[in-house]
Amino acid sequence: MGLFSKKSKEVFVTPLLGNNPVTMQILGICSALAVTAKLEPALVMGISVTIIVALSNVVISLMRNTIPSRIRIIVQLVVVAALVTIVSQVLKAFAYDVSVQLSVYVGLIITNCILMGRLEAFAMGNSPWDSLLDGLGNGFGYAMILVIVAFIRELLGSGTLLGFTIIPQCAYEAGYLNNGLMLMPPMALIIIGCIIWVQRSKNPEL
Amino acid sequence: MENLLSLFVGSIFADNMIFAYFLGMCSFLAVSKNVKTAVGLGIAVTFVLLITVPVNYLLQVYVLGPDVLIEGVDLSFLSFIIFIAVIAAIVQLVEMVVERFSPSLYNSLGIFLPLIAVNCAIMGACLFMQQRITMDADNVKAITSFASAVVYAVGSGLGWMLSIVCLAAVREKMAYCNVPAPLRGLGITFIMVGLMAMAFMCFSGIKM
Repeated sequence: MGLFSKKSKEVFVTPLLGNNPVTMQILGICSALAVTAKLEPALVMGISVTIIVALSNVVISLMRNTIPSRIRIIVQLVVVAALVTIVSQVLKAFAYDVSVQLSVYVGLIITNCILMGRLEAFAMGNSPWDSLLDGLGNGFGYAMILVIVAFIRELLGSGTLLGFTIIPQCAYEAGYLNNGLMLMPPMALIIIGCIIWVQRSKNPEL
Repeated sequence: MENLLSLFVGSIFADNMIFAYFLGMCSFLAVSKNVKTAVGLGIAVTFVLLITVPVNYLLQVYVLGPDVLIEGVDLSFLSFIIFIAVIAAIVQLVEMVVERFSPSLYNSLGIFLPLIAVNCAIMGACLFMQQRITMDADNVKAITSFASAVVYAVGSGLGWMLSIVCLAAVREKMAYCNVPAPLRGLGITFIMVGLMAMAFMCFSGIKM
């Protein structure tokens, strides 16, 4: 099988749109909602989760024939916890401000259902290369939703993107106001609800 | 005593696991189709929290904290692995105990019992507990003693149970509503949880 055979491509592309982990499989919602008030933490979170899903998929896929099935959950948790610890220490060292903003949600990547879901459903039965692509695909699918939600919330909530002011000063002088509610947790839920609505009305068969 | 009471009420309402921090959303959305299973899962989560948070509190204070085990060594970077191992082990233990002593409860909880190990609410409560240990003693959110860790665990468990039972009750009624087809199921549930979270936001303004 070639590196980019048809199956591999499919494995990578489906989780992006058709079978998105957040809006279709409803996995990993907790962190998707909590870190999206600003674009920067959402980006960092998306990248961290992508790296962790891809690497843990590869590790578990390499070990899949030697793990006794009775204790596989614990083995998977330990692998994921080790990777999350590494990512959390790297964030503390190189992006301290963002790691303070993300607070406990970096640690909660361990219990992110996307990870356990992909490890159980895919990595336990497929080769390392396919598992890597599957992990990357699901990670990007997750990061995409995070970035869309964070984009809407930061633009409407604080009038900035990545900390740069976008809404011009004259708009404020003309009476425009930032929608403070956008920064509150409930709006994240409602925006994801609307994304699901749009996606399902485009593809009625979903 | 007064502190414990305000910590308890605060962890149920103002710091509600679901509506303020979105922890344990996956099982929250998946298991809230009827009130009976929602109550069962709520009790199981509260029970596991009640055991894991105090155990992890003791580990954090007597093993992982700075300078406690070895002079000059801070082991708290190991906390993720230790906490998740404790949670997985205790869930396994609880499962065996429940199966041995109350087969009827075991059957009604079914698959949800082992899945609690990967419920974000449990890990989240442990990590928040770790954060709160370092707070000032004056802060009502601070966890200063073993008793306050127990109170915090029970409070967050009850808060989680309260919200899953509320959502299940609303969803049972939703069966009679005419919702637009693409919004049916998950979409409307998200929007509903958003509206409920807005209602819960008014608790966060209360000073205790």
